[in-house]
Amino acid sequence: MRLKTCLIAAAALIAVATPGLAHRNWLLPSATIFSSTPETVAVDAAESTDLFFPDHRALGVERIKVWAPDGSEGKIQNGSNGRVRSTFEVQLDKPGTWRIGMVQNGIGGTFKVDGVEWRLFSGRRPGGAGGPGAGAGRGPGAPGGPSGAGGEPPRFVSSIDEIPANATDIRITETSGSNNIYVTAGEPTDTVFTPTGKGLEMVPVTHLTELVKGEPARLKFLVDGKPAAGLKVSVLPGGKRYRDSDGAIEIMTGADGVATIDWPEAGMFWLNTSFADNKATMPKATGRRMSYTATLEVMAP
Amino acid sequence: MKKTSLLLAGLAAAPASAGTLTITIPQLKVAEYHRPYVAAWIEPVGGGEARTLLSWYDVKKTGAEPGTKWLHDLRTWWRKGGRSLKQPADGITGATRAPGTHKIALPTNLKPGQYTLYVEAAREQGGREIISLPLNVAAPNGSVSGKTELGVVTLSR
Repeated sequence: MRLKTCLIAAAALIAVATPGLAHRNWLLPSATIFSSTPETVAVDAAESTDLFFPDHRALGVERIKVWAPDGSEGKIQNGSNGRVRSTFEVQLDKPGTWRIGMVQNGIGGTFKVDGVEWRLFSGRRPGGAGGPGAGAGRGPGAPGGPSGAGGEPPRFVSSIDEIPANATDIRITETSGSNNIYVTAGEPTDTVFTPTGKGLEMVPVTHLTELVKGEPARLKFLVDGKPAAGLKVSVLPGGKRYRDSDGAIEIMTGADGVATIDWPEAGMFWLNTSFADNKATMPKATGRRMSYTATLEVMAP
Repeated sequence: MKKTSLLLAGLAAAPASAGTLTITIPQLKVAEYHRPYVAAWIEPVGGGEARTLLSWYDVKKTGAEPGTKWLHDLRTWWRKGGRSLKQPADGITGATRAPGTHKIALPTNLKPGQYTLYVEAAREQGGREIISLPLNVAAPNGSVSGKTELGVVTLSR
């Protein structure tokens, strides 16, 4: 039983390190362009294999954040977490472009104490309360405790502070990611695209209200505020069930960090990119991995 | 009275007109018919700002879901200029029109040159269509026929 839980936890850890491997996290707005205010956008959120068919797990609405065009924080309404899909609404009561999404920050990796491997995992707690990741009963002293024999499942801590001073072979990766949608009421604005200069971010050169089949769009990617050259950006259309291929497009950013995307059709597209380097910002972290995800609506000409 | 002035606004400039735009809205045999939303605009051939000539929508409908709610269904016009136009716009906004032929005077203050005229129509529980015609301000002339939501659209002196 315990072994199984640990294995699940380990799998969750790997999933954090490489998001989107088996399942994709997505937000799906009812529309991205509205004539005026007030209007209501309805959003589905899920983690599933294919876009945008919920078949696996809901994304908790409590993790959703809303950025209003005037820089204030908006809020969701009528949130509900189902088994395979969550749903919520946002009332667009201010004109301009809104950002809705979730930002995740986590940390994970391995280290050794007296030759025994330990794992660090933060974020969604694997196994729930009392599981291996529940830090309460496992203070910083715990790693010095009974060391497992070879073949025993890995041991866990849940925060970087719990890594003991005598730890060796520290390989800790900071993870950060955001999953976004953008909706516009009336005339588009740019405030929600102002980069923070931290991590992996996207700044549209072509405004997201101007994505049209047959008209190449330019989206700029930044890492720590600087153009991310040579970044691989994946773009996938929804609705795979109705065709044979997954329709994936891969684009590399140029020296200016710009990915030029020529939309093959109108519809909802899921965009994802990730980047890893060793410029970790937290103490003891040895690397970082960042991801950016967005669902974009492409209009027919 | 106000409604009437909105309706007539597009025609008012007729005497000094630089030309006439004729839009035919086709008669459609469908179970549930709603008059289409229609917008027409011109763009300079060399690139430049779009100028809206007319936007016909359900101007009477107000309340929680006013007639403007569906203006973005004229999706190309919305992107090119509709979204930056405050509605109702003087001399541009009008009520939806019945099937038939409608004449609209082109603005007299158009700078000479080559433009492209666009006419876009979108109908509730129906389709959407956009057509275009070259427009030479000095000699407006030409005709194109829509296939679904628009009939013949003509430019003439």
